[in-house]
This record gives sequence, C-alpha cells and structure tokens, in this order.
Amino acid sequence: MNMAQAIAAVFRRDIALAWAAGGGAAAPLGFFAGGVAMVPLAVGPDRATLQLIGPPLLWVMAALAALLVLERLFQADLEDGSLDQLLLSSAPLELLVAVKGLALWLAIGGPLTLAAAPLAITLQAPLTATPAIIASMAIGFAGFVFLGLTGAAVAAGVRRGGVLIALLVLPFFAPVIIFGAAAAQAAVAGTNFWPPLALLSGISLAGLALGPIGAAAALRLQAS
Amino acid sequence: MFTRYANPERFMRLSAWALPLSAAAAVLLFAIGLPWALAGSPPDFRQGETVRIMYVHVPAAWWALGIYAFMGVASLMGLVWRHALADVAARAAAPIGASFAALCLVTGSFWGAPTWGTWWEWDARLTSMLVLFLTYLGYMALWAAVEDETKAARLAAILCLAGLINIPIVKFSVEWWNTLHQPASIDVAAAVTGKKQAIATPILQPLLVMAGAYFAAFVALLFAGMRAEIYRRRATAGARRRGGA
Repeated sequence: MNMAQAIAAVFRRDIALAWAAGGGAAAPLGFFAGGVAMVPLAVGPDRATLQLIGPPLLWVMAALAALLVLERLFQADLEDGSLDQLLLSSAPLELLVAVKGLALWLAIGGPLTLAAAPLAITLQAPLTATPAIIASMAIGFAGFVFLGLTGAAVAAGVRRGGVLIALLVLPFFAPVIIFGAAAAQAAVAGTNFWPPLALLSGISLAGLALGPIGAAAALRLQAS
Repeated sequence: MFTRYANPERFMRLSAWALPLSAAAAVLLFAIGLPWALAGSPPDFRQGETVRIMYVHVPAAWWALGIYAFMGVASLMGLVWRHALADVAARAAAPIGASFAALCLVTGSFWGAPTWGTWWEWDARLTSMLVLFLTYLGYMALWAAVEDETKAARLAAILCLAGLINIPIVKFSVEWWNTLHQPASIDVAAAVTGKKQAIATPILQPLLVMAGAYFAAFVALLFAGMRAEIYRRRATAGARRRGGA
C-alpha cells in the first residue's frame, strides 16, 4: 500500500468507526446537548443571565465532550492491535495520527458544531450571532482534538485512563476555551469577535502542527 | 559532567555529602531570611505589614516555575541520552514543584484578601500558576498510573515537554483574556503596578535570601527524593532476585 492509500484507509476507517452503531457521534453529541440543557434548569430561565453565561457554557460542555472522545481514540487501537499496523505502514506515524485527528474533528466536531447553533439560541443568543458561534466552534473543536492528541496518546493503555486524561489534557484546553468563549461572547454581545477568533485559529493551528508529533512519540512507546 | 553522574553509585557518593550540605544551607538561609523578612525589613508604605507575605510568596512562585524548567531539561536528557538518573531527578522534583505552586497559590490568596479585598482573583498570574499546579498533578498522576517504569519515564518526559510548550501559551492567553474581559478592577491594577515598581534595596535583600533558602531546600529535598528512589529500586531488584532464586 502506498502512502496516499494508507492515509485514505485510516481516514475512512476512523470516520466509519466514529459513526458506527453503539458509540460514535451520538454519545458525545447527547452529552453535549444534555449538559447544555441542564444549565437553564440550574440557573433559572432569566433571559439576561442565560445570554451572559450561555456561550461560555457551550464551550465548557464542548471541552468535556472532546475529552470523552479523546479517551477512546488511541485506547481502542492499542487494544485491537491496529496501532501495530499503523506503525508498520509506509506513511509516517505523525501523518497518520494527524489524519485520525482530522477524521475525529469531522465526524464528531461537525455534528457538535451544528448542534451548537440551536443550543445557543435556546440560551437566548441572537440569531445574528450564530454564524460566529458556528465558526468559532468548528475552529475550536479542531484545537481541542489536536491539542488533546498528545495527552490521549500518553494516557492510552493506562487502566482507569479516563480520570488521568482529564488531568493531562485540560491544561492544554485552557487557551482554546479562553479564546473560543471570548469569540462567542463577543458575537452574542454584538461586539468585534474577529480578534479572539483569529487567536483561536492560531492556537488550533499550533495544535495541528505540534500535537501529532507528541502523540506519535508517545504511541511508539505504547506499542513497544 | 552530567554523564559522569549517570552512574547511580557515583551519584550516591556525591549526594551522601551534598544532601546534608544543602540541607544545612537551607536551614541557615531560612534562619537568616525569615526573621529579616518578617521582622527586620521595613513595612511597605502602601500595604503596611501585609507586604511580608511577599517574602514567602514570590520565591515559591519563582521556584515553582524554575523547577518545572528543571524537569523539562531532565526530561529532555532522559529522552535523548537515556540518562538513567535524569528520569529519577524529574520524578523527584515534581512533588516539590507542586508543593511550591500550592504554597504560592495559598499565600497569594492570603495576600489578596487584605490588599485586593478578595481571596481569589482570576488575575493572569494566579490563573497561570493554577494551570501550572494542575500540570504538576497530571505529571505525577501519570507516573503513578503506568506500571512499567521505563515506559512511565518516557511517557512522563513527553508530557513534561508538551507542558513546557503549553505553559507560556497559557500565560500569554490569560494575559490577553484579562485585557479582553476585565478592564475594571482598579484595585488589582493598582496593587499589581505597585508591585512592579522598582523594589527598594531593604526589601530586595531579604527577598533574595529567601529565594536562596527556597533553592537550597529544593536541592536538599531533590537529593533526598532521588536517593529514596534509588534505594527503592535496589530493594525491588533485590526482592526480585531473592524471589527468583
């Protein structure tokens, strides 16, 4: 198999796995939507309050949903031996890891991003703010995925890795949450959301550049 | 010089006298620094006596950051040169750094209460110190979770280096975030800029002594932790040999 075929195969496989029955995109999406729906029940239906805390809460829940999917990303590959196959491939592991991240971003981040718009509206965000919220969520979820890759690879193969991965990955999520929520808040408030959106894009691109390198280094150790 | 002390035997001989020496230096420096800082130095003209928390707080913050940088260097040496003791050093340094970060956060909170009028402020420095503290906890949790020690050392080293890149990013992010979110809080701004002004010599001298005391304490605790780890490994290896025979 040449390199392009290997990349395409990994991409197709990960998309298929993400949408397969008994797991897939439904679980993180339900978690995201259900968590957001709990918020008005907890803080009350006051319009101004929801408008203020709505966008940040979308981001907190998106971060937790990302944790949920990152936990399983390499764990399953390690258990069923597909990690060894990735290592044997002619394509560099860094590239394959990046492709896995890309598939995860599209398969899980896509539906989650689309769900963010109606959820934001239930939290009293004005309709005019939804394009910016969708854009920031799409860019920011890529940041979550790629910045979380290293922590996910390090925690794979650890018993009770779920608690560990939260502790390992959340410090890397901090910049994404800061700028993502700032962009969404600015959009809802009707102020200029471009500066935080640009910074968010920068953070996500840095994650795309660096995350696969750290993750591949950790995965080589995991397989040995 | 570093490869020389990759040999645990040689390290044990060196640390056998370096440990009591650094411990004695720490005791001596604390004995000079604490009375000087807490009683001998002049009170601040704006903050009064509460400024004395600074002598405990600021060195803890410096070394919480410094120890993480030390761990980063040790992790790199462990990964690149397979330096046996570098992993031990990074592992032993982590709880000390975490304690300093916790001390910094707690004393910062005590200092904030009278001067800023709040126990906690999501100020850029406080927030990045909190993230640093969490990073320490994650590093220690990883060591505890992975059973194979060689693998744990390498994985922890990768995590440590990733954190080394992350911490400055977090630092700059929260600074931006603060300017985005909180243009008010005049009290905080006044306190922070007041602190940034050139420090008078009678305040700087005890502060530097205290920083030296913290450093000596770190070195002593590091040596003690590394020696304990080496003894533990010998004991496990010995038990394994006896069990096999």
